[in-house]
Amino acid sequence: MTNSIQDIAEDSRCIFVIGSNTTEQHPVIGIKIRRAQRHRGAPLIVADPRRIDLAEHADLFLRHRPGTDTALLNGLMNVIIREGWADQDFIDSRTEGFADLQEVVDRYPPEVASDITGVSAADIEAAARLLAENRPGALIYAMGITQHTSGVSNVMSCANLQMLLGNMGVPGGGVNPLRGQNNVQGACDMGGLPDVYSGYQKVADAAVREKFTAAWGAPMPDRAGLTVTEMLSAAEAGRVRCLYVIGENPMVSDPDLNHVRRSLEETEFLVVQDLFFTETCRFADVVFPAAAAAEKDGTFTNTERRIQRVRRAVEPPGEARSDAWIVTQLAERMIAMGAAAPDADAPYSSWDHASAAEVMGEVNALTPSYAGVTYPRLEAGAELQWPVPDAEHPGTPILHVGRFSRGLGRFAAADHMPPDELPDDEYPLMLTTGRVIYHWHGGGATRRARGLKAVYPEALVEIHPKDAAAAAIAADGLMRVTSRRGEIVAKALVTDRVVPGLVFATFHFPESAANFLTNPALDPQAKIPEFKVCAVRVEPVPEGESA
Amino acid sequence: MTTNSGVETMNVTLTVNGRRVVAPEGSTILEAARSAGIRIPTLCHHPDLSNVGSCRICVVSVDGTSGLQTACTAPVQAGMQIDTESEAARATRRFVLEMLLTDHPNECMICEVNGDCELQELVYEYEVPWPEPGGARHAFAVDPDPNPFIVIDRNKCILCTRCVRACAEIQNRDVWGIAHRGFESRLVAGADEFLLDARCESCGQCVAYCPVGALYDKMSLGRARVNKVTRVPTTCSYCGVGCSLDLNVRDGEVVRVTGIPEAPVNGMALCVKGRYGYDYVHHPDRLTAPLVRAALLSAEHLDARLANGEWQVTAVPDDRSPDEEITPDTFIATDWATALDVVAGRFADEKEAHGADAFAVFASAKCTNEENFLFGKFARQILGTNSIDHCARL
Repeated sequence: MTNSIQDIAEDSRCIFVIGSNTTEQHPVIGIKIRRAQRHRGAPLIVADPRRIDLAEHADLFLRHRPGTDTALLNGLMNVIIREGWADQDFIDSRTEGFADLQEVVDRYPPEVASDITGVSAADIEAAARLLAENRPGALIYAMGITQHTSGVSNVMSCANLQMLLGNMGVPGGGVNPLRGQNNVQGACDMGGLPDVYSGYQKVADAAVREKFTAAWGAPMPDRAGLTVTEMLSAAEAGRVRCLYVIGENPMVSDPDLNHVRRSLEETEFLVVQDLFFTETCRFADVVFPAAAAAEKDGTFTNTERRIQRVRRAVEPPGEARSDAWIVTQLAERMIAMGAAAPDADAPYSSWDHASAAEVMGEVNALTPSYAGVTYPRLEAGAELQWPVPDAEHPGTPILHVGRFSRGLGRFAAADHMPPDELPDDEYPLMLTTGRVIYHWHGGGATRRARGLKAVYPEALVEIHPKDAAAAAIAADGLMRVTSRRGEIVAKALVTDRVVPGLVFATFHFPESAANFLTNPALDPQAKIPEFKVCAVRVEPVPEGESA
Repeated sequence: MTTNSGVETMNVTLTVNGRRVVAPEGSTILEAARSAGIRIPTLCHHPDLSNVGSCRICVVSVDGTSGLQTACTAPVQAGMQIDTESEAARATRRFVLEMLLTDHPNECMICEVNGDCELQELVYEYEVPWPEPGGARHAFAVDPDPNPFIVIDRNKCILCTRCVRACAEIQNRDVWGIAHRGFESRLVAGADEFLLDARCESCGQCVAYCPVGALYDKMSLGRARVNKVTRVPTTCSYCGVGCSLDLNVRDGEVVRVTGIPEAPVNGMALCVKGRYGYDYVHHPDRLTAPLVRAALLSAEHLDARLANGEWQVTAVPDDRSPDEEITPDTFIATDWATALDVVAGRFADEKEAHGADAFAVFASAKCTNEENFLFGKFARQILGTNSIDHCARL
């Protein structure tokens, strides 16, 4: 997020939520959005293919077709420019590339955008007016924007809209992606990515590599590594022989699970580290029992870049150990075996950290944006949002104030690009995927939380009454959903939350995970799979026949 | 004084219990007194919620006005002379408490919120004797709602409407309301339905704001009285919002989750997963020993250590019976040294034979910053690869 939860909740004059089922996936931000709309009168615009809960609270609900986000955003920008509502001062002083944007956006007058998105031209006009008349406004998105083969274009278009409106670098504005998992922000910040070290220091930068070579006392690899999806394909092809999977369950959370299964079967040596014996563990050679968050010390970084303490409250069961302990043991053993030989004189070559606070000391030394994030400050109650470049710096609640990180904000105009796989005669319906409020990601934790399981015990697939009737699928009856890659059987939830032609499924329940169906086609730049659109067909499952 | 929105507000000066107090115009007597460190007792008031002035516990005497004023709703005026502890105010509070007790079960000894109850505290402070029996009393069914999270005991409800306001103003869901009038007044969900049918999101905000034991966390019944738990402040392990919460620990077990009023992101608010999704931590499915395929262990060690009980045949996957024959694929629960040696040794062999490109690491968005930093260091310094990624895109 460029901005903070609090300034969006309290200072935005308008909130535009696109591709985020906020009240179910980020509930406490969701309630703040509802509150801003209701008690502060900030108009709420919701754009989503499904009539999500937040749509009920919206002043304007734009129900666009899955995979048409860029076209919708371009349509809004077309109206804003046409009507002279663009913030010309901001464009002149803070941005570059406006002419390119204008050229692309010119191709999306409301009627054209309406044909692509299914949103009426009048609603596109009305939304543009609400955005223009209520500034600053905050744009909030989540994986409904990113999980497309056009994910990068979608994100760029969100940024374009906010720059066009001059909504950047001010309280109540910003481009605000809501990060999914508790510490997905932190895992990225700490360099759990194939092309960057901690703090997004690039692997491709020779000076950065030299810095880490000197700090860790070992030569640093100079090629960017593989992404998750590429790792699995490389494992299937035998190029990657050893997979070390920590706290992840690709057999539920990755696209095209039948392909994931083949990849894991082909993996020469698979080590999995988790709380439970997950679906991925079935393919493992060794499984390490890990500690839960309640059983260890450390920090998480939330979606607004805020670093907060995690504290050990209980002991791990049996021989379960923290992930830090396990990886340290492996590192020390490999050094002892001579399989790695870091220069002992390098300042951070060793693995002898006595606590999470000591690891953070190493992070501080090697990561400019976390340099001032120290345990003493956190314990003293400091509220720190990175970048925190030194121990006196108060943190950065809002990014890009007065100046973008790169200098001028660049309008990166993008055209609409249809999803990789669209319905056809054989697979006539579109599937989109997501989550429900009572479950979490692969469901490993929430299916083992008795209250959550009691309220939402099994997978449900949303289907419109017309499609259900056409396929003779009964409400609460079992249905089979089939794509080119696999099939699942689940109970039908017949509802007009989805439009005719669209079905919705989750991946919380391994046996009926939507990811048996999803398309692994990737955005070419971000390498994110197109979870949000693929083509399927549905049929009833006769009573008595099981999956 | 300048507010966030840049609007100038004027201050007014008043006197509270003989002390000079300066407060912004438009603030309430209660806010002015509290900012000066002067306590006025309350029940239906909560600083996060709108004021209704219905319980009349916060009444104070104001010179020059007849009758008492409710401090939570009355705005300050310049020159006001306020006595928060006047005999009239104290007598009124005592009367209100006595009235509440006439229709309140006398069961603090077995109440979940004993020691953590605002009514109990005030009754104790004002030394209100238990009223003589007589008059009508309610006899509502306890825990009439089948939802798995929230216990309702309307017998203990004091109709303060904090739950109603928390649901309407914090959660913005409007599940709770008060039905009927007078003695028949009672708390109802929706159109007098079960909570989940009334579109309750099970966030538990109503429980968090209940000053008494009328609403309580069902999973914590009989286990989490305030004097029996240690509260450990931490950050929620579900989504990326980063809510602060207290894990309430008793005998090494998390028995309840409660909010932290000063939490920077969420205040008292939590969602259903954050408040009620904690028990996976103690689920019997938890892995409690390293598991290694039998083929990776020396046959000699395997037989000996299975025989002496140091290692065990596991029940995973698929509830495997320990009596089944051991195959090379059977998972054996071993000690740490053995399992770590197997993995480190194999990694060393593979690195030597196939180079660093043979490795790939899935880091974890569930793990801490410090752990993810170490995973990156392990991949780059020890294995020699940049092939480390996690589910950021999934």
